[in-house]
Amino acid sequence: MSAGAAARILGFEADGKTREAGARARSRPHAGSRRADGRHAVRFVLGVLIPLGLVLGWELATRAGLTQGRLLPPPSRVLGTLLALAQSGDLRLHVQATLLRVALGFVAGAGLGILAGAVTGTVPLMRHLVDPGLQALRAVPSLAWVPLFILWLGILETPKVALIAVGVFFPVYIGVSGAIASVDRKLVEVGRIFRLSRWALARRILLPAVLPGTIVALRTGLGLGFLFVVAAELMGASEGLGYLLVEGQQFGKPDQILAAILAFATLGKLADALLVFLTRPLLRWQDVARDVL
Amino acid sequence: MLTIQDVSKTYADGTEALTGIRLAIPPGEILALVGGSGCGKTTLLRLVAGLDTATAGTIRLDGAAITAPHPGVGLVFQEPRLLPWLTIAENVGFGLAHLPRAVRRERVAHVLARVGLSAHGTRWPRDLSGGQQQRVAIARAFVADPVVLLLDEPFSALDAVTREDLHRHLLALWAETRPTIVLVTHDVAEAVALADRAVVMRPHPGRIHDTVVVPRPRSGDSDVAFAATRSLRALLDASLGRITERAAVPA
Repeated sequence: MSAGAAARILGFEADGKTREAGARARSRPHAGSRRADGRHAVRFVLGVLIPLGLVLGWELATRAGLTQGRLLPPPSRVLGTLLALAQSGDLRLHVQATLLRVALGFVAGAGLGILAGAVTGTVPLMRHLVDPGLQALRAVPSLAWVPLFILWLGILETPKVALIAVGVFFPVYIGVSGAIASVDRKLVEVGRIFRLSRWALARRILLPAVLPGTIVALRTGLGLGFLFVVAAELMGASEGLGYLLVEGQQFGKPDQILAAILAFATLGKLADALLVFLTRPLLRWQDVARDVL
Repeated sequence: MLTIQDVSKTYADGTEALTGIRLAIPPGEILALVGGSGCGKTTLLRLVAGLDTATAGTIRLDGAAITAPHPGVGLVFQEPRLLPWLTIAENVGFGLAHLPRAVRRERVAHVLARVGLSAHGTRWPRDLSGGQQQRVAIARAFVADPVVLLLDEPFSALDAVTREDLHRHLLALWAETRPTIVLVTHDVAEAVALADRAVVMRPHPGRIHDTVVVPRPRSGDSDVAFAATRSLRALLDASLGRITERAAVPA
């Protein structure tokens, strides 16, 4: 017997339809991707409107002689400096150095954060043992570790990566352990009814349930990674975007400082977008307000 | 045969939720547990499901004591409790992970057709209405082919039309393999529509007040159903210590 035939014989297809129509209307249209593209374009224009206006106004004000542009160089000069840095190959060198530090620090910090969050979130004994100490350490401003890291780890790459890792660790740890703590007991009971083993329960219910919270925590961690790479490079580096900042200050080159800031903003945004892009397929199921607002 | 022998449940805070419950439910019977709130209906169901353990007494399914969730016992909760990250078909097949993919797909398709949701297998739970989600939850419990199926007020959040619709789906699924069904409800009409036997419970502490047998066959407006509804209402009122004229009013 086909599915439709079975439904007809039992007589629920017909009267079920009207009520199902409401549910169908709520689900997103699958066709009309052109309209979705149009909406994206409008949203993009809205997003860049204010920054673009400011940049233009700034440029025009300098051209009109309203400001001299010595301490506040016009956007054209900042872009010119950035371009020159790119052409000489210096920019690539600095970007590579910064990205490598962020990547290493992020992987170490996020990995440890997820591990610690998972262990304290699922094993009560470990939570009571470890969590209070970590919370106390969290209260220490991360930059306060800098002198100690330099004493312990030298002045090369290790203390920089360690500082970034510390900065990334805490938001990821807090986010993951919080996500585990807020897993719906009712869904766990569904797992118990189907007699899932501890491992299966973790894999089939806990893991997907904590995924959204974990991804938000990773994004926060990544943002802090970029925050701390600047701090790490300000304390002494011979390459990296942070080094460009310091050098720009020492030699009075505000255009270089702004070019480095621009590069930081671009890198941070791109890294975050990449993280969102990579994790989006994992969260397709979410029923969130973002889609309707 | 599902037997409940002198079962009591006292919670850690000293609340006596159930005392001296004794019931024998033959295979294929649909038993309704009826009663006001706080009379221990849900507690009893959770004990049978193996989610909680009784303070005293034993619950046996075909002679084997139930102390933890049992492969032959399915449970439909008051809310659908679908896993939001799985599609409808994946939700229905959640308890069949041990079966080969082809078998799983066939069984899922079969029950989805039975609850009239064949076209929705690839959707997410968020795309379905409350009534549709509860149909998925019922399908998820039936697909594992339980010997005993427990239902904890599964239709209480739905409107009357949807509820009757779900009653039909439930009876259609039940007719295939005839599992024992224990249905917790506070709705007398629902108990009469579905059950072979309705057990009225009373609170403080939760215990069995009385039993009404509802003979088959019947339809919603037959004399049998009417008489059963009336006596069940009267018992329910009495179990809550309410004296009403309803029982005395001539039909």
